[in-house]
Amino acid sequence: MKTYLMPALKLTLILIVILAGMYPLAIAGIGTFTKGNGNGETVQFKGRTVGYANIGQKFTKDEYFWSRPSAVDYKADASGGSNKAPANPDYIKDVEARIQNFLKHNPNITRAQIPAELVTASGSGLDPDLSPDGAKIQAARIANRRGLIEKDVLLLIDKNTEQPLWGMFGPAKVNVLKLNVALDELK
Amino acid sequence: MNTELSGVIFTYLLTLGISIPLGLYMARVFKGEKNWLDFMAPLERLIFRFSGIDAKREMNWKQHLYALLTINSIWLIYAFVCLLFQAHLPLNPDGNPNQSPDLAFNTAISFLVNCNLQDYSGESGATYFTQHFVFMFLHFASAATGIASLIVLFKALKDKVTDKLGNFWDYFVKSITRILLPFSFIIAIMLAFNGMPTSYSGKDTVIGMQGDTVHVSRGPVAAMVAIKHLGTNGGGWFGANSAHPLENPNYLTNTIELVAQLIIPIGLVFTLGFYLNKKKFAYVIFGVMTLGMLLLMIPTINAELNGNPILTKMGISQPTGAMEGKEVRFGPLNTAYWSVMTTITSTGSVNSMHDSAMPVSGFMMMMGMMINCFYGGCGVGFLNFYIFIIIAVFISGLMVGRTPEFFGRKIEAREMKIASLIALLHPFIILVGTALSSYILVNYANANWVVKPSAWLGNPGYHGFSEMLYQYASAAANNGSGFAGLTANNIFWNVSTGFVMILGRFLPIIGPLAIAGILARKKFVPESAGTLKSDSVTFGIMIFAVIAIIAALSFFPALALGPIAEHFSIK
Repeated sequence: MKTYLMPALKLTLILIVILAGMYPLAIAGIGTFTKGNGNGETVQFKGRTVGYANIGQKFTKDEYFWSRPSAVDYKADASGGSNKAPANPDYIKDVEARIQNFLKHNPNITRAQIPAELVTASGSGLDPDLSPDGAKIQAARIANRRGLIEKDVLLLIDKNTEQPLWGMFGPAKVNVLKLNVALDELK
Repeated sequence: MNTELSGVIFTYLLTLGISIPLGLYMARVFKGEKNWLDFMAPLERLIFRFSGIDAKREMNWKQHLYALLTINSIWLIYAFVCLLFQAHLPLNPDGNPNQSPDLAFNTAISFLVNCNLQDYSGESGATYFTQHFVFMFLHFASAATGIASLIVLFKALKDKVTDKLGNFWDYFVKSITRILLPFSFIIAIMLAFNGMPTSYSGKDTVIGMQGDTVHVSRGPVAAMVAIKHLGTNGGGWFGANSAHPLENPNYLTNTIELVAQLIIPIGLVFTLGFYLNKKKFAYVIFGVMTLGMLLLMIPTINAELNGNPILTKMGISQPTGAMEGKEVRFGPLNTAYWSVMTTITSTGSVNSMHDSAMPVSGFMMMMGMMINCFYGGCGVGFLNFYIFIIIAVFISGLMVGRTPEFFGRKIEAREMKIASLIALLHPFIILVGTALSSYILVNYANANWVVKPSAWLGNPGYHGFSEMLYQYASAAANNGSGFAGLTANNIFWNVSTGFVMILGRFLPIIGPLAIAGILARKKFVPESAGTLKSDSVTFGIMIFAVIAIIAALSFFPALALGPIAEHFSIK
């Protein structure tokens, strides 16, 4: 063992300098040229930073598009999911309560129209997106609350829909924060 | 074709498209042939000179293991001490506290052994210093340890009769300078330009559209996420791992992370073919692994696409599939693909919460970790597979009544004993661990511990049992993913999984290297008409059967109590 001890110690030392010191510093340097300068991309509204583009936010008011339910109440310093099993009785109760709440606020919608994403918690608790369907189902409520024509709200959703990667891969989605900013900017 | 399915097929084809040339490249690196990263040579010379290492000195298998174990012991002590005192070390902008001794014990082992089980949450349980100087350093070091061990095995298979198996430090350092570091660098840049933070500024506070104050954890994430996948580590920056939108911002980063966690395990299978000049043998192994992957993958995708049957009964629509614990930007199909790939390799990073997956998916994920060699971890995946090869050769030999031989060496009692011990170790530590925790849970549910055993489980019934089984399977397979409903940050779980992880790492490295070293010294027997052809489909089927029998027989009873029972109870 003794023949290996000193080389191992010194090797550890120099590799720590290279791998934990120099490598991430180089990436941090390059990162300053990215959108958000390596600090994460933010969203502005009326000259004020209202959030991070990629971090989902809590929206509960009727005049905004709601985000997905979050097991951590959208705490962006304590991410996580519900970790509830599919048949857990408490979980089923939670989902039923969310369905009831959604139906109460969206009286024109039937149960069968509610997409699962609106009554299930995301993995991170910070999901920034909805599927286009998940947004469109809320259009009538928002049009009603804001005195808009539903067609205009649907148009706004289409305009804010991000298509699959290169038009071919993965799901289409709508960023809820950006959509709500666009909604406020309508007026 | 729908875009979710085409996305997954594209991801897999891209993975293969990179793995094959990468396999050839890695063979050239370890054969010492010219390659396009030769400009790294001065850096390697500097590292060796500084460390006082003669990288040309040949070692036998025991010397390789001495070197490996010595340096791993140093890292263990280093990691443990750093975590214990992280609050007082630099780079702690969020002011996070020290880890408790049992948590530091668990975490240090976890990252040392390429497992990355995380009983803490990244946002509050680690500092920027420990994330980089402990976790990310060990991401590189543990992956390179795995690759270097595998190259020792390749070398032992290559030469006819030899005791000289190359130099451990040489393999180890080149794994970093020629493979892990340059590729991580490229990956990290791609991730950074897709919205992953890179700067050292701490938490930010913003006021949202509805007036809520939000504290946003950030950090130099991109550098770590690159090697976290490339090295099949899986230990993430944030608590939600790659489900977190700053650790996996969009479908492209998701694809990059998926490809990165597979190219080295798959590439190394092809490296074997190029290194030994036995390409057909590599194809057979790749075929067996891929067949195994598909058998786990297809039912998982099917289960997730069908959605949660209970929610269906409640009358809501699940147009894309089950969404609990999943993210919209990836979708259930891709998430199912990820959850299988991350459990058959030793990565264990997650882009969804596995605890909320359908019971069939949970079964497949656990199976992936219990088998632990369909592609497998960086280097160690094939070391595990090698054990099954030895057993398959031996059984085939018995079946036809000849002395079993593999690559011109007779496999005899001593090698077979080692192989059997290693093959049985894996089920042993998983099942004994689960049995122990179940026993305590039943008999000492209200013991006066910091976390009472009755509060361990996040879900009742069969699924609660699955949470414990999953935790030990993940620890033993050095995977690191979890059914995170389990309250694992307490002395019992920190200590017991700590020991399981260390046994599940080093014995499966020592065993195969011992076998390879012993075989390499044996008299070379040239192939004859009676030799079992190792590059035939028949042999592939034989290996598959051995894997299926060992895994199915040893784990089926436990799985029946967990995911299987759960599946039939909610159908």
